[in-house]
Formats: sequence, structure tokens, C-alpha cells
Amino acid sequence: MNAAVELLQNKFPEEVVEVAEFRGDTTITVKPGHIVDICKALRDAPQTSFKYLSMIAGLDYLPQSPRFGVVYNLYSHRNHNRVTLKTRLADDAAPAIDSVVPVWSTANWHEREAYDLLGIRFRGHPDLRRILMPENWVGHPLRKDYPLRGK
Amino acid sequence: MNGAETMKRTETMFLNLGPSHPSTHGVLRVLLELDGELILRADPDIGYLHRGIEKMCEYRTYHRCMPLMNRLDYLAGEANLLGFCLAMEKLLGIEVPKRAQYIRVMLVELTRIASHLFWMGTHGHDLGAMTPLFYAFREREQIMDLCEMVSGGRMFPLYFRIGGLAADLPEGFIPLAWEFVKSFPEKHQDYHTLLTKNQIWIERTKGVGVMTPDEVLDWGWSGPMARGSGVNWDLRRDNPYSSYEDFDFVVPLGKNGDTYDRYLVRMEEMLQSNRIVRQVLERLPDLPAGDIKVQDPRVSLPPKDAVYNDIAGLINHFKLIQEGITPPVGEVYQCIEAPKGEMGFYIVSDGSPQAFRLKIRGPSFVNLSAMDKLSRGRLLSDAIALIGTMDIVLADVDR
Repeated sequence: MNAAVELLQNKFPEEVVEVAEFRGDTTITVKPGHIVDICKALRDAPQTSFKYLSMIAGLDYLPQSPRFGVVYNLYSHRNHNRVTLKTRLADDAAPAIDSVVPVWSTANWHEREAYDLLGIRFRGHPDLRRILMPENWVGHPLRKDYPLRGK
Repeated sequence: MNGAETMKRTETMFLNLGPSHPSTHGVLRVLLELDGELILRADPDIGYLHRGIEKMCEYRTYHRCMPLMNRLDYLAGEANLLGFCLAMEKLLGIEVPKRAQYIRVMLVELTRIASHLFWMGTHGHDLGAMTPLFYAFREREQIMDLCEMVSGGRMFPLYFRIGGLAADLPEGFIPLAWEFVKSFPEKHQDYHTLLTKNQIWIERTKGVGVMTPDEVLDWGWSGPMARGSGVNWDLRRDNPYSSYEDFDFVVPLGKNGDTYDRYLVRMEEMLQSNRIVRQVLERLPDLPAGDIKVQDPRVSLPPKDAVYNDIAGLINHFKLIQEGITPPVGEVYQCIEAPKGEMGFYIVSDGSPQAFRLKIRGPSFVNLSAMDKLSRGRLLSDAIALIGTMDIVLADVDR
């Protein structure tokens, strides 16, 4: 079994919701509550050693509920493998999750982008501002209810 | 207040670098807080080139996303296309024929050389060396010509397709490619004579923008930016795709993690890419001509002959163009070693002909995010060297 799956199922049995394999990619769905601890564990355990965060993607699953999701793609330079962490955010009106900037500095801009384009708040982020859209922009363009050509 | 106290009063100054400044490589604005010439804080302001490519892709068929992929890192259009096509092929569960894989490798490696040449020319120019630009563009022009031969486009070649290539190599391509491959190492020597031992170049780049291997991983750096700090990682070797495991090449590494070492890494990478292109050219005659796409009616367009003379072929063509490819429900992440680092595509499919979500992980975006960390405590002139060494393309930063 995948070392990351094993680690999470041993250390956070309550948090793991689902493990999926598709075309060789391992995706672990977890609850959002302890995302920072989960990421720290995956980064620091020698058998997983995911010291590199490839990207964070925000998703809008409208009309499903929970509506918003966040995806973390991690890479290990020791094992040369990847794992995708996926979580769904509870609050549809004001989606929020803890920031993983304390775990990987590179998360800073990825989280700002998800905040800017999807309106997901990252609690504890050092500098949560819009990054691609102008500061005074209204709305979040990547949301499914945002029209393609703006308003 | 007496005179002495007035003298002591200091205040910091804010300076806008860009958004239209030749050394910012596009429309990048960096808000600098300065104490004299010392940088206290650097805040890159991006988004001037944000076109909403990820949003647009949710509204069009996968084939129609491809011209947009060219416009991410526009100095390496073929590399972006390869990443997107590989992600789609992974989602569909297909593998393209060897010949198509080899031709893709050749074009992407040529693109890497072109991208690195552009970087060398502009990076040198930013720091006061005028000549490298002329040398670099001379050879880059040859590569542009090769791109034009296969696709008709120079900056935006649209030669790759989901499931293979648009067509086999045109007549006359192979001799021209050989000509380039044979002459390039000698011209590469000329570049070294311009910069590598140039005292001004060394003063401007050595010890500037130092990153330790741990910091590189923490900040998500990839590609030559990571290898300059000695992080021994190359996706072509460590997670091979498109038959890279068939080719022999060395992954050059830096020691000090500064701008000069990243310069040396990129310089050597050009020669290694040239080696790979040579190996492809040597092996291409062994692979059957015309075997350039998967024979799967769900993915590849039928031959024109079938479209004109056969009802099944016509319907197939019509459905692929009108409705597009419908991949299974699922999500994949596929990345490649683009000239600037890890270029990744995360595709979520709900089984419809449009992507439910297409997230693009551009190397320039991630590399630039460390700008503040790198420039704190450095001189204003170093900021120019730092933007140059990151080899950013703002179209890739903003998407």
C-alpha cells in the first residue's frame, strides 16, 4: 500500500474519508479540520517525505454541497512519487480552511490565488490579498455561478 | 528641534519597478521599499496579463483549449502543449505511438534550447551585456524556422494533438534539424566566451539570490532554479514521460545556489538538449513513417480520405469536431519538465466534453513567489539580476 495512505490511516484514522486510485494517481480525501497536522505529518515522516508542495487548487462543485473543495498536490524528492490530498469545505457561504503556509512557504501564492478566484479563506495566512484580479474587484471569477464574460 | 536631530531622520522610499520596464520581462510590477539602495521589501504585483485561461477552458472542448496552452509560457509553446496532451492522454488511458513520442521529445528539446537562448540573451542584456542577445537570437531563429515548418506557427506552434501529432514531419525538416544539431555545440562555445569568465558578469551574479536546497523545496522551486542549488531532480529522468527513458543525458547541477550557478546549469542544459535531439534524429529512421497518432475514433480524427468517401468517417469527423472528446469521469495530474521548471496540468473531468476544472501549475508563478525572500537586504541593481535569473514569462505567471 502507498506509504502516505498507510501513514494517514494510522495517525489520523478519523480524518481519512476516502482513498482513490485512478490512472496511477493516488488521491486521499480528508476532512478539513486537521489539514495542517496532516500536511506536517506527510512532510516530516521519513517514509513519505513530501517536502515539496506542487500546487494548491480550489474547486467549486456547485450545485453540490459541500460546495467548495481544496486540492493539494505533494511530491517527494526521496521517493519520486506524488499524492493528491483533497478536502471539501463545510460552509458553502463562507468557505474557509487553515492555511498551510507554516508547512510550505510556497503555499502563500497558491492560497492567495484560490482566495482571489474562488473566494476561499485561508485562516492564518500571513497576507491574504487578491493576487491576479485588481484589489477592488467584486466577485470570484472561477466560481461556477460567475459568468464567463463577467457581469 | 536642533540641526543634529533633523539630520538623523531617515525614511524609506517606495519605488515602482515596472509594469512596463524592459527588465521585468513583460508586464510585471514590483513594489520595492528601499532604504537608500537597499531593498527592505519587494512585493511583486502580478495579474496584468491574466486572461482567465482556466475559466475559458471550462467552456470549450479539449481540442479548443490547445491554442490557449500555447499562450501560457509563450517562449516554449510546444512544452506546454506536451504537458496538456499528456494529461489528456493519461485521463483517456491511451499511449501514443513511439514515433510520435520521439518527435514530441525532439520538438520540446528544441524549444528548451530556444527558451534558454532567449533567457541568456535577455538576462545578459539586463545586466549590461549587449552581445549575447544577438548571438542567441541567431540560433533561436533556426529553431523558430523548424517550428514553422511543422506547424506554420513560429511563436505558437500547434503541432501536437491529443493522441499524437497533426501530421508527420514535413519534407526537408530532418536535414535542417541535423544542420542545427551539428553546428550548435560550436556556437555554444561562443556564448561561453562572452559571459562565463567575464568579470563584470561574475560580479553581478555570484552570490546573488542564494537559495539552499531546503529553501528550494520549501518554496516549491523546480527545474533549473532547483538544480542551481544542487537539488538533483529532473522530471525527465525521475518520472519519465514520452519515452525520455530511452535517451541518454546528464542532469547538470550547481553548487552554490546563486545566480551564476543557475546560469551555468542552463548553459549546460542547452548542450544536453542538443544531445537528446541528436539521439532522436538518429533513431527516427527506424520507426515507421506515418505512425503518428493513436488509431482510436474517440480521440483521433479519421484520415481525410475516409471523411470524403466514407459515411462512417464523415460522421466520426463531425462528432469529434462538434462534440469533442469525452473522457471518463476522473481526475489526473500530469507534469513535465518544461524549460522553466515543473509545468503541471490538473484536469478534473465529469465525463462531459468540457473540463470541469483545469488547473495549470506554471513554474514562473511559483518561482516568482520567492522574489521577496531573495531580494530583502540586497541592492536595487540585484533585483534586476533576480528577475532575470528566475526566467519568468508573465503569461505563465498570470495565465
